[in-house]
Amino acid sequence: MLDKIQHILIALLGGISVTISVTLGALIIAVLLGLLLGVVRSFTKWKLLRFTIDVYVELFRNIPALAILFIIYFGLGSVGLRLGSVTAAILGLGLIGGAVLCDVFRAGFSALHSGQREAAIAIGMTPYQTIRLILAPQAIRIALPPLGNYAIQLLKDTSIASAIAAPEIMFFARTLVTSTFETTLIYICAAGIYLLLSLPLFRAIQSIEKRFGVGR
Amino acid sequence: MIEFLEVYVKYGSQWFPRMADAALVSASLAFAGFIVAFAIGLMLSIFQRSPLRLLRFVATIYVVVFRGIPLLAILFLLYFGLPGIGVTMSAFTASAVGLGLSFGAQMAEVFRAGLEAIHRGQREAAIAVGMTPLQAFRFVTLPQAVRIISPSMLVTFIVLLKDSSLCALITVNELMLEGRALATEYFLPLNIFVAIGVFYFLIAWPLSLLARTMDARIRAKQTRTL
Amino acid sequence: MESPLLQIKDLHKSYGSLEVLKGIDFSVSKGEKVAVIGPSGSGKSTCLRCVNFLEKPSRGHIILDGERVGVKPGSDRLMSDAELAPQRAQMGMVFQLFYLWPHLTVLENVSIGLRKVQGVPSNEASEIAMDMLEKVHLGNKANTFPGLLSGGQQQRVAIARALAQRPKLLLFDEPTSALDPELVGEVLNVIQELADEGRTMLLVTHEINFARDIADRVIFMDGGVVVEEGPARELITNPQAERTRVFLSKIEK
Repeated sequence: MLDKIQHILIALLGGISVTISVTLGALIIAVLLGLLLGVVRSFTKWKLLRFTIDVYVELFRNIPALAILFIIYFGLGSVGLRLGSVTAAILGLGLIGGAVLCDVFRAGFSALHSGQREAAIAIGMTPYQTIRLILAPQAIRIALPPLGNYAIQLLKDTSIASAIAAPEIMFFARTLVTSTFETTLIYICAAGIYLLLSLPLFRAIQSIEKRFGVGR
Repeated sequence: MIEFLEVYVKYGSQWFPRMADAALVSASLAFAGFIVAFAIGLMLSIFQRSPLRLLRFVATIYVVVFRGIPLLAILFLLYFGLPGIGVTMSAFTASAVGLGLSFGAQMAEVFRAGLEAIHRGQREAAIAVGMTPLQAFRFVTLPQAVRIISPSMLVTFIVLLKDSSLCALITVNELMLEGRALATEYFLPLNIFVAIGVFYFLIAWPLSLLARTMDARIRAKQTRTL
Repeated sequence: MESPLLQIKDLHKSYGSLEVLKGIDFSVSKGEKVAVIGPSGSGKSTCLRCVNFLEKPSRGHIILDGERVGVKPGSDRLMSDAELAPQRAQMGMVFQLFYLWPHLTVLENVSIGLRKVQGVPSNEASEIAMDMLEKVHLGNKANTFPGLLSGGQQQRVAIARALAQRPKLLLFDEPTSALDPELVGEVLNVIQELADEGRTMLLVTHEINFARDIADRVIFMDGGVVVEEGPARELITNPQAERTRVFLSKIEK
């Protein structure tokens, strides 16, 4: 039994690096895009730009990740825009994450008292300085716990990339199933690996909440 | 762009009925999964408030485990894995159970947040007028909590509905699987998956708007009384 | 006679159909301390906030040191916040609710404007900020975060932050009305010390006795207009207008 588990775990570990790179790649896109969209949506006076961002966010928040990956991988692939499965997964999950985090950062900005901005412009800061030095650092701090929850969700969602044949953990599990008959054990092992990967993220969220949550 | 839209004019009448039928399967799958998730979530939140340490421990472990495991792993385990140890379910049943197990952990968090949002004074006032703790929960805390959490329950349902698309991978003939079938039949994956995306969007988006309206209304009310 | 440092001419402010300021005129000379008093809702805070354009006036002129605030020279176009920044930097403002920045230390709260707005090198900025904190008797709190300070201490830090701008004019918007009674004294003392240094101040307050003691001149506002203005002691002990008399009698202890 232990032998089998060891054998399965070693086989599945081949997918870990792709799982982690998809998670990190999508996370980077999501944070940068989400912050950009969140700042612009919160502060621009240009109505058309706000509307465009709203459309983007609503679309990506109300369509399943699997559909978006299929559109990018199979759909765009069929019209000549062929992306690798890992690239497509990073792009698709990152674009979705940008929409999710846009809302998260926006909520962070709108939680700030208007006096924070007033005090900054009163000492002569420009709007850009006010956002960068005063508002954004506070909004990001407020956004950290939901950002952590998003990261856990993202780690799990990378398993969806197996549906477009990205060689991550779940893909290895599905392949392994066809060559052995230890189906139950294989999926339990796969689940266990995801769980182990997510535990440090849980820890991080808890310590962030402890540090910033109380007494601000 | 015109060419792209012309495809829909040409094939729309063939695709639409099949997609609509499959969308109904998706909707019923989401409902079934949500009912299971609701029951599990409620049970867990009762466990979390139990004086028994063991029950609180079980609830904590459950939430940590199921928040850390991808839905896809749960679905594969239930549908492909369990038959290996003699438990066989239809794809639909396995999906409803899998969605319920996974989202049960999220529902527990939703319930917990709702109960915590009720000011302690509410319960104290109920006990002060002579209610037992159970009555205070039943008549004062719970009704308020249900109102507060209804938007987040709706949001959870929307996420569940979107994630029900993963059940295509264990052969439930819902919207996404129909999309894949159509894609292999017509060799027009971009058109077909965009149409599938639109289908999901048209179901999920109105619900998202509703959740936001409900949330805004509840917040406005809440600021008036403690 | 030298032209005044701050001139407010025909200042109007409306929110929709609600007219809050109905034509305010007064001026503040260099080194002068002017207190604005009046019942709540009289428009005194709005008037102060119009001086540095935190509120955009609907009509009228604000002139600081001969330069029109908030309006592009040679046109009627209002300035954007970015264009306003250099003018706002010339006026220090102290708010009712302090508005310290919780993510920065006390020292950083005071020095960040020096570094980022005035372009002072980091070391020098910290030194100046430290001097300002000494001035408000909080040198020992430089490295703590604002959230750990009492309201009175926070307001003194906010005063140090305004001083660090080396402003031509200090604006105080009810600086003590959010404080617990036992903390009011320490803030008033600091403001008194600044007054004694000969700084120019425009102060909106409901502390009538303090206004009488510190200000050279008092302006009484009600219903969006200046009802009466005059030398502080004279106006408060012997008001001419009926409305001023009613107001002062109501708040008499």
